[in-house]
Amino acid sequence: MTRFLLPLAAFIVLVGFLAVGLNLKPREVPSPLIGKPAPVFQSQLLHEPERMLASQDNLGKVWLLNVWASWCVSCREEHPLLVELARSGIVPIYGLNYKDKRDLALQWLNQYGDPYTVSVVDPEGRIGIDYGVYGVPETYVIDKNGVIRHKQIGPVTVESLEKKILPLIKELQG
Amino acid sequence: MKPRHRKLAIIVSGVSALGIAAALVLNAFESNMVFFFSPSQVAANEAPVGKSFRIGGLVEEGSIKRQSDGVTVNFVVTDTAKVIPVVYTGILPDLFKEGKGVVAQGKLSADGVFRADEVLAKHDENYMPPEAAGALEQARIQKTVMTQ
Amino acid sequence: MIPELGNFALILALLLAITQGTLPIIGAARGIPSWVALARPVVQGQFVFLAIAFGCLAYSFVNNDFSVMNVARNSNSELPIQYRIAASWGSHEGSLLLWVFMLAGWSVAVSVFSRHLPDEMVARVLGVMGLVSVGFILFLLVTSNPFDRLLPAAFEGSDLNPLLQDPGMVIHPPMLYMGYVGFSVAFAFAIAALISGEMDAAWARWSRPWTTVAWVFLTIGIMLGSWWAYYELGWGGWWFWDPVENASFLPWLVGTALVHSLAVTEKRGSFKSWTVLLAICAFSLSLLGTFLVRSGVLTSVHAFATDPTRGVFILAFLVIVIGSSLLLFAWRAPKVGLGGKFDLVSRESMLLANNLLLMVAAGSVLLGTLYPLIMDSLDLGKISVGTPYFEAVFVPLMTPAIFLMGLGPLARWKQASLPELMLRLRWAFGVSVVTALLMPFVMGEWKPLVSFGLLLAFWIIATIFVSIRQRLHNSGQGGLFTKLAKQSRSYYSMHLAHFGIAVFIIGVTLVNGYETEKDVRMEIGSTVTMGGYTFRFNGASPVSGPNYQAMRGDIDVLRNGEKIRVMQPEKRTYNASGMAMTEPAIDTGFLRDLYVALGEPLEDGAWVVRVYHKPFVDWIWFGCLLMAFGGILAVTDRRYRLKVHNKHVETATVAEDKRAASNPRLSTGGKKA
Repeated sequence: MTRFLLPLAAFIVLVGFLAVGLNLKPREVPSPLIGKPAPVFQSQLLHEPERMLASQDNLGKVWLLNVWASWCVSCREEHPLLVELARSGIVPIYGLNYKDKRDLALQWLNQYGDPYTVSVVDPEGRIGIDYGVYGVPETYVIDKNGVIRHKQIGPVTVESLEKKILPLIKELQG
Repeated sequence: MKPRHRKLAIIVSGVSALGIAAALVLNAFESNMVFFFSPSQVAANEAPVGKSFRIGGLVEEGSIKRQSDGVTVNFVVTDTAKVIPVVYTGILPDLFKEGKGVVAQGKLSADGVFRADEVLAKHDENYMPPEAAGALEQARIQKTVMTQ
Repeated sequence: MIPELGNFALILALLLAITQGTLPIIGAARGIPSWVALARPVVQGQFVFLAIAFGCLAYSFVNNDFSVMNVARNSNSELPIQYRIAASWGSHEGSLLLWVFMLAGWSVAVSVFSRHLPDEMVARVLGVMGLVSVGFILFLLVTSNPFDRLLPAAFEGSDLNPLLQDPGMVIHPPMLYMGYVGFSVAFAFAIAALISGEMDAAWARWSRPWTTVAWVFLTIGIMLGSWWAYYELGWGGWWFWDPVENASFLPWLVGTALVHSLAVTEKRGSFKSWTVLLAICAFSLSLLGTFLVRSGVLTSVHAFATDPTRGVFILAFLVIVIGSSLLLFAWRAPKVGLGGKFDLVSRESMLLANNLLLMVAAGSVLLGTLYPLIMDSLDLGKISVGTPYFEAVFVPLMTPAIFLMGLGPLARWKQASLPELMLRLRWAFGVSVVTALLMPFVMGEWKPLVSFGLLLAFWIIATIFVSIRQRLHNSGQGGLFTKLAKQSRSYYSMHLAHFGIAVFIIGVTLVNGYETEKDVRMEIGSTVTMGGYTFRFNGASPVSGPNYQAMRGDIDVLRNGEKIRVMQPEKRTYNASGMAMTEPAIDTGFLRDLYVALGEPLEDGAWVVRVYHKPFVDWIWFGCLLMAFGGILAVTDRRYRLKVHNKHVETATVAEDKRAASNPRLSTGGKKA
């Protein structure tokens, strides 16, 4: 009997490793930037290339930084929520248009609505590197002192908005 | 042969065959395993000298230089904290670009240049090799710890 | 509307699969004929609904319905129609729908071609397949629904990965999946046998053709994948020991062992529990392959789909399916009994040794594939295990296996004599050694490894020749052709498949030994010479494809100063994704391939160009095709076509075996079939 159990034992060991391996995916790693000052950037506006926005200009208010792109399918999922949130006026949303083409990005906003106070462009993804962007979309909650308080990887959902993001914003706006 | 002897012979040959196979596998493992190091680890002299290993990170902007033979390329791999100069002879993968993730395999020479004999970039525009992503993540943690 | 219809069909298929996975099995255990009788109609119903679901998905792709997330992510209106159809299984969701659709297809095949089987057996087999189907449909509906909507709809799709926009990639996944899923039949037969406790020669005879067909599909699938990597990745390699390639190779190795072990179980009644274990392993590795590819748990050039929640689901599914079958095995297998006894030197022992070698090889490939993951999970550093490891392990393990492959078909069942075998094979051995030593000189340079590889190949060919000669010698009266026609298809099928291995080895040996590769800077008008061919670069010019822009190189190939061919490799940039792709130009020949790929552009119209001369490379895939043809020939053997008279055939074969065992002259030709 025991020798017939050997295959099962070997399989259990294998499953153990696979299970641990699954938990190692970078998605699970919390961003080391939480509680740290948001990386400073200065970049062109999407709508008005001749104007620049510097992230320090936002000191003193709570704001959201949403990383998006017209080529990103998941961005379309969260977009109606962002438009609604912007309409409510609870918090200003700044867009970081990541590795995108200007004309496509503008066409995209025309079609789906523009929830952003302004969008800045990051065609080479350099600002994205500073922020540790794994994939688009990502959303950061930044407080009055310019510190990152929360990072949402993947699309914003009704659940994450109600349970985490909105209460946090209320608390920060205090 | 008597049945008992036959059974013994089968067991002995089976065990010795497995033993040989195990020795083979272990030996092959010993000599062919390739470790991964980030540029920061290489800078801290953690990487072996004279043995093949992998490095990963981003190709630094503006660092790609082609030598006059046309097929030898110099570039710099960075994890945003430390950098390693790399030299490679051959055709680079389609998605090898400045500012993109890359993994290279080769040896570190005495002058601190990494001589790559293989360069891997993944076949998806928005995909970063996990090793390279890990190296960047580590460097970022280091930096934030140091600035505190 | 159409996607909702597909979703609805998928849910109905799930309900039928649940029915299929429960009632017939319970019915067989409790003796309720009406529940047992349910198996066939439910299977066929499930197939119809899955066909509707798959049709709906394909329809959405063909009609560019970008309100479906899956379509928006994996297709584009510029995509040519054939790739839009292929895109329906190019994505994670679509490929799993294809998986479960094929499972239903295999189930229907079992339900149709099983009229001669006892109803309880069919009910158990289909029940087990139904349970597997439940897991996969649940997985689809819960974590990766291919019909999820994207509202508001996208105005354009993100495009199919350009690497997949290729005819080889259109048929590679379906072939591979047919193989993966096909092993579910062997698995279901094994589990049914464990449940019922009836495990006899008849059981082995039933599952054999199914296993062989699955093995044929898997062989062709792997061959296509290798061929695709060769001409599409632009690196000129045909096998990279990449985790995803290994994931398909593992079930193949175990499946090969299973095909041979089933032969012994059918002919001699031995190895029963071993055969059952192999059937469980082959299907488990197919599931593991799906898991490795689809969860992104390993890094790989193929890692297209990555999502941890899916990984957790598949892992749980693996634990349930494999864990419970291994538990069942541990519980029931000890009661199975040992079957026919055999001597230390006999055909059984050689087949067993080959089985062990294949399993050890599979184990070492599995270890090499998973070891980086194990190291990582124990936090011992990030490592990679590359080609040198696999070659260092694989070649020494396969060498004795190939030696035995020549010996086995000539050895007698039950008890063989080593001196007699040696006497019979001394010419085969001598001829293969001499040819192997001399052949490399014909190629231009003597290399020890080439000689060694050729020795293995010529040994197989020489022993096949000896086997056929002796078989004919012992076939009684008649001319050569009468005698040749007398032999069974399964006898020829074995030799054809083994001959395929020899052709494969020749291809691998010669291309590894004599290929030449050059990465060169080529200015307009400059030349490079290799393997007797001169390549002249005439520059590159822009061209437009249906959904890409490209630079097309123009290279003349000259032999003895005469232009024999123009080669036009391309460097493409796809419009939708902006991805760059190297499209090499290949001149295929019986004895060699010429392979040219564009690297990067340099100043003044010069390019970096990669040029290969690859002798005998096509023999690698031709060898795989021969193996697959061998498998096809085996399932068309007479005794499978005469299933109606199953009982008669069975007794006849047993009688024949007995005669063979008692009469050494008759058995010398051997009959593996």
